[in-house]
Parts: sequence; structure tokens; C-alpha cells
Amino acid sequence: MDNSSSYNDKVVRQFAIMTVVWGVVGMLVGLIIAAQLIWPGLSMDVPWLTYSRLRPLHTNAVIFAFGGSALFATAYYVVQRTCHVRLAFDKLAAFTFWGWQAVIILAAITLPLGITQSKEYAELEWPIDLLIAVVWVSFGICYLFTIGRRRVKHIYVANWFYAAFIITVAVLHIFNNLAIPVSLWKSYPIYSGVVDGMMQWWYGHNAVGFFLTAGFLGMMYYFVPKQANRPIYSYRLSVVHFWALIAIYMWAGPHHLHYTSLPNWAQSIGMVFSVILLAPSWGGMINGIMTLSGAWHKLRTDPVLKFMIVALSFYGMSTFEGPMMSIKTVNALSHYTDWTIGHVHSGALGWVAMMTIGSLYCLIPRLYNKTEMYSIKLIDVHFWTSTIGVVLYAVSMWIAGITQGLMWRALNEDGTLTYSFIESIKFTYPYYGIRLLGGLVFFSGMLVMVYNVYMTIRKVQPAPVPVVQAVRA
Amino acid sequence: MSSPWSWYVILGTIASLIACFWLVAYANRQRASESEIKESESHVWDENIRELNNPLPMWWLWLFIGTVLWSVFYLIYYPGMGNFDGLSGWSQEQQYADEVAAAEAQYGPMFAAFGAMEVTALVDDPAALGIGQSLYQNYCSQCHGSTAQGARGFPNLTDDEWLYGGSPAQIEHSIMLGRAGVMPPLAGVFPTEEALDEMVRYVQEMPDGMNTESPAHQQYMTLCIACHGPTGAGLQALGAPSLVDNVYLYGSSAAETRISIAAGRAGEMPAFGDLIGSDRARILAAYVYSLSQ
Repeated sequence: MDNSSSYNDKVVRQFAIMTVVWGVVGMLVGLIIAAQLIWPGLSMDVPWLTYSRLRPLHTNAVIFAFGGSALFATAYYVVQRTCHVRLAFDKLAAFTFWGWQAVIILAAITLPLGITQSKEYAELEWPIDLLIAVVWVSFGICYLFTIGRRRVKHIYVANWFYAAFIITVAVLHIFNNLAIPVSLWKSYPIYSGVVDGMMQWWYGHNAVGFFLTAGFLGMMYYFVPKQANRPIYSYRLSVVHFWALIAIYMWAGPHHLHYTSLPNWAQSIGMVFSVILLAPSWGGMINGIMTLSGAWHKLRTDPVLKFMIVALSFYGMSTFEGPMMSIKTVNALSHYTDWTIGHVHSGALGWVAMMTIGSLYCLIPRLYNKTEMYSIKLIDVHFWTSTIGVVLYAVSMWIAGITQGLMWRALNEDGTLTYSFIESIKFTYPYYGIRLLGGLVFFSGMLVMVYNVYMTIRKVQPAPVPVVQAVRA
Repeated sequence: MSSPWSWYVILGTIASLIACFWLVAYANRQRASESEIKESESHVWDENIRELNNPLPMWWLWLFIGTVLWSVFYLIYYPGMGNFDGLSGWSQEQQYADEVAAAEAQYGPMFAAFGAMEVTALVDDPAALGIGQSLYQNYCSQCHGSTAQGARGFPNLTDDEWLYGGSPAQIEHSIMLGRAGVMPPLAGVFPTEEALDEMVRYVQEMPDGMNTESPAHQQYMTLCIACHGPTGAGLQALGAPSLVDNVYLYGSSAAETRISIAAGRAGEMPAFGDLIGSDRARILAAYVYSLSQ
């Protein structure tokens, strides 16, 4: 078979397998730091194992290694299938795989060593940032050139989201990381004071909005109709919510800086656009869930669809919770508490991870010339461990967070604070235990996935898949 | 913010809000007919991916329009449009000032009444001690511990041993103005390691009586005497601890004693006067005083 008449699935397979690997690694680090919050002695006085160094390792591993590999894999897969053409530039695509893995390895080395820019989700120092920029631009070139070579007139909606995600993340990464190096592993940002804070959260919230939302909506728009074998509910809804989502997310960052030295006007604008984001976000949820309309019975038999529908439900819930928490009055209670952690994980585990897992169960058999995974039963087991795990996690952190906020502001009749800080920590302990349990349950499901994936792909020599002819050019 | 930047913010915000309205109106300009729903289904990607073109759900549409309308009113009432302060005149700085003023009006007279009392009278007032305990837990427990028994480097407040004195006035002084304890690093004055070891041994044995035979005794009487005194009883005016009472701030081991002598120590009790004011400081002083009585 002529090379150009088949899909480039090699790079997709590589990223898909590494998604599973990094998912296990990233969540394991999460378990360790969750346990450290209960038993601080677990760091055993080894500097590399302290919470402050492992926490950024956890966030980087799950967002950029696990989530990032999933986005690379599915973006490369989806763009080829929906453009009916082979991925542009085989060698550049291979470079993005090895380059991205190099970034992850460098992160796994430098973060425990304490090498950090101290910017949340942008901890990596300037040499690694440069590598990320090069890999990311290469990703954009492979992706956009493939769209340029498409053999269908209409660009499928999943590709709008992937393209917006790739382009915006490049802009966010480059501008937030503008820094002056003073040595190989130390640099200072070109921004100072509150401007630096604003840049950081412009980046930070859009990392959520584009990396963890727009990219995964792209995934949703391909794998949900594919797995359900049902048409997307509404084209026009996808148009409205796409443009509204990408335009409005850009404004939302200041809600991370309520009641700080950020000027009042910037806080207000960040807040109102965060509230406006509710409807555009729910547009994606509606389009995903209503795509299943007429195929609800499939949920009884297909655990992959169950992953997707629960992911969409958590997406809807998190995107209701987020705008609510951005309102100043609510934020005054929720900020700096474990409620934020609960919110993040209902999005990260409930939406991002479950959509990824569902999509991988749909994708992996196709990458290895099979019709389905080794065991559907084990997918169901994984579904229930994931669901129970994320519910335990989110509920325990809601209770802990809201109670912390209430304890911190409780006043005695004489105007003094009712509780000292340590009393709020003491209250939180049992909930840290439930959170760790939830994480363990979720993690155990990932191990089931590793087994299921291994049994599916072992001894398979995948054959090239011919490019499908477009129905109507 | 200069005026051009203010207008930049205002125009950018208004343009975005108008764009939201326009987007909704554009997508909803005509309700999709059944044929239109079917028509777009003729696009097919990857064998079985199709799109319907259902109309926007009305409840969703009104949710979207509602949040945009709410934002317009919010930005008229609250600061947000560049330099425009909003009709309410609200700001976080003003909110803070108002809340502090309200608390002062509500609680100030009570604290002033306690502040006018002597510490020795306050210790017999359960209400004052209750407030003192709340204040202690929020301002002092981080270093001195929840039970006030101290920690390494942070003095125990429940015993009757005091670096700077345990009288009500001395405790109040420590709280209001803070204390800075300095033991200078003296490694340089010992000609040999053995001489330093000798001094460590001498200091460790001081609770059992000063060993005048020790070669370190002469050095103590010239170097250390100025602060720790001729009998080793210390000097509260300087915060110099007694070396004969078997109470140790940094530990009693030879290794810790050696560090204290050779590398010195620096202890800091921060000044709380500006933070909590003299009335609360007096109540706190009474609470701390009561712990050692």
C-alpha cells in the first residue's frame, strides 16, 4: 500500500499508550501527596519527596503528560479520519512524540530537584519551556497542514476545537513564560508584581479553558458520535458555543485574584465573563448528551458510552460550579479552601480523565486492527471504580472546603475568631482520608485499564489502515 | 489607569458583550425547519459521523442572554468599565474599611473597658480570659503552641521561667513591642577546638555549680559574664537566659550548646502592637500571665 493512502497511526499508538502510562504515574504521585497530607512524615525528610516538590510533579504529570498525550493521540487520529487524509509530515509528527516525552522526563527530573519558576502549571524552567514551544509549534504545523490537505470541504467541528486549543496554548505558553535567564536553571519573569499575577492567571485559567476544555471537547465531538453511532445533535449549537467559549474564556482569569491587589475593575470583568461562560460551556454538554438521544438503550450494554456520558455530566456540573465560585461573594468563602481542590478534581477526574478513558477504549482496538477491547467486563469495572472514586473525592473536598471557609470566618460574640487555623486542619483530617480512598479507588481502575490494554494489544502487529474515501468532496 | 487604557478596557468589554448578543441572534435568526435539520445530515465524515441541525434549546438561549444582561447591569453598578467607579461606589478597599469600622464600633467599647483594667484584675475576669484565649490561639499558638508549652526556639509560657520577665508589665511589653534575642557567634574567640569543647562542658555543668578549676572559667568571667552574670543567673533586661536553671530554649545537649556558643542564636518575638492595639494586647497579657500563675 502506498504510504500516503494509509493513515499515520504509529504516532497515535505511541501517544495513546503513553497516555495510559502517564495516567498511572501522575495519579500515583497524586496518591502519594494525598497521603502526605495525612502523614507528613512520609516524605522521610528527603527533600526530593517533599509535598512542595511532588505537588507540581503531580499536576504537570496528569495535565501535560496524561492529558497532553491523550490530546496529541486523539487530535492526530481525529484530524486524519475527519479530513480523509494522512497526517502531514511523518517525521515532524514523530518529533512531537519524542519531544513531548523529553519534556515530561525533564519535568520529572527538575521538579523534584526544586527547579521551578514558581508559577502554577508553568513551573518548568526556561530551557524546558523553549523545548515545549518548539514541540508545540511542530504539533500545530502537523495538525493545521493536515486540515489544509483535507479531502472534504467542511471542517468537522472536532477540528475547530482542537485547532483553537493548539493555537491558544501556544500563545498562552509563550507569553506567560517570557523570562530573563540568569543561569541554566534559573530565570526571572519579565513581568513584576500584580502584572505577573495577572499574566499567570490569564495563562492558568486558559490552561483549564483550552488545554483541559476545548481540546477535550474536540475529543468528545469525535468519539461520542463515533461510539454511539448517532449524529451530532445540533450544528448551529456547536457554532454558537464554540465561538462563545473561545472568546469568553480569555477574560476569565482574574477570578483567581479576587480580593487581592488586582484592581477592582479587572476583578469585576473577570467575574462577569466567568458567569457568562456558563451557557457556552453547557452548549457543549447539551450537544454531547443529546447526541445520545434515541440511543439511550446503548448505555445498558456499552460501558464506553457510560464513561462518556458521565464525563459530560461532570463537565456540566464543573462548569456550573466554576462560574458560581467566580462570584465574589462565593469566592470569599471558597477561595484558599479544599473546595477549590474538589472543583478541580471533579473537572480533572470526572470530565478530563473519564472522557480520555472512554475515548481510549474506543480508539485502542481500532489502532490494533481489532473491533473491541479484550474485556468489556473490565471496562465496566473501570467505569464503576472511576465513578465511585471521583464522587468520594469531590464530595469529601466539598465538605472539607466549605467547612474550612465557614470555620475561618466564624466569630465569637466578642468579635474574636472562634477557631484557630490548626482547628480547621484537625477538622479536615477525616476528609483527607476519604479523599485518599477516592483516589485509591480511581487509581485501581487505571491498573485494570493497563491490564485490559495490554491484553488487547499484545502479539498484535498492527497493519496500516487505508484512508477512507470521502463520501462527498 | 490613564484615560486611553480606560477606554481600551471599556470598548473591549462592550464589544465582547455585543458580540455575545450578535452571536446568539445570528445562530437563532430563523428557527430550523425539519428539512434543514435533515439537510446538513448529508455531510458525512469517517463513514458514520453526521450532524443534525436542531434549533438552539430555548432555555439555554435565555440562560445565555440572561447572564449577558446581568453582566451589563453588574458593570453599571460595580467598578469594571475602566476608570468608571460604578453607580454603587463599591470597592474592596472601602468594603474592608467599612467592615473594620463596623467591628470597631461593635466591639471597641468592650475592648476599651477591658483595656482600662489592670492585668491583675483581668486575670480574675472569666470573660476577659476567654477572649484572651481566642486571641492567643489566633496570634500566638503558631509558635508557642496550642497549649502554650512552647517548642524548640519558642519559649514555654506556662512555666515560671522568663527570658524577659514575667510581670504583667514585662509580658505586655513583649507583646506590644516584641523582643529580639541575640546570642553572638563566638567561635572566633576560642583559639582551638579543644578550648571550645572545654567551654561547652563548663556551660553544661553550670547547673551543678560553677567549676572554678575549669580552664573555661576564666573565659566565662571575661566573655559571658556581661550578659549571663557572675553566677550564670542571666539578665532579664537583656533577655539573657539563666544558665543554671536546667531550662533550655534550643535543647540541652552538648551539640546544641556548642552551636549556641560557636554560631550564636537569634530569637525574635514580633511586635503585635500595631496589629492588635493596646486593649487587646492587655487582655492577651492577662491570659499569658494567668498561664504561669
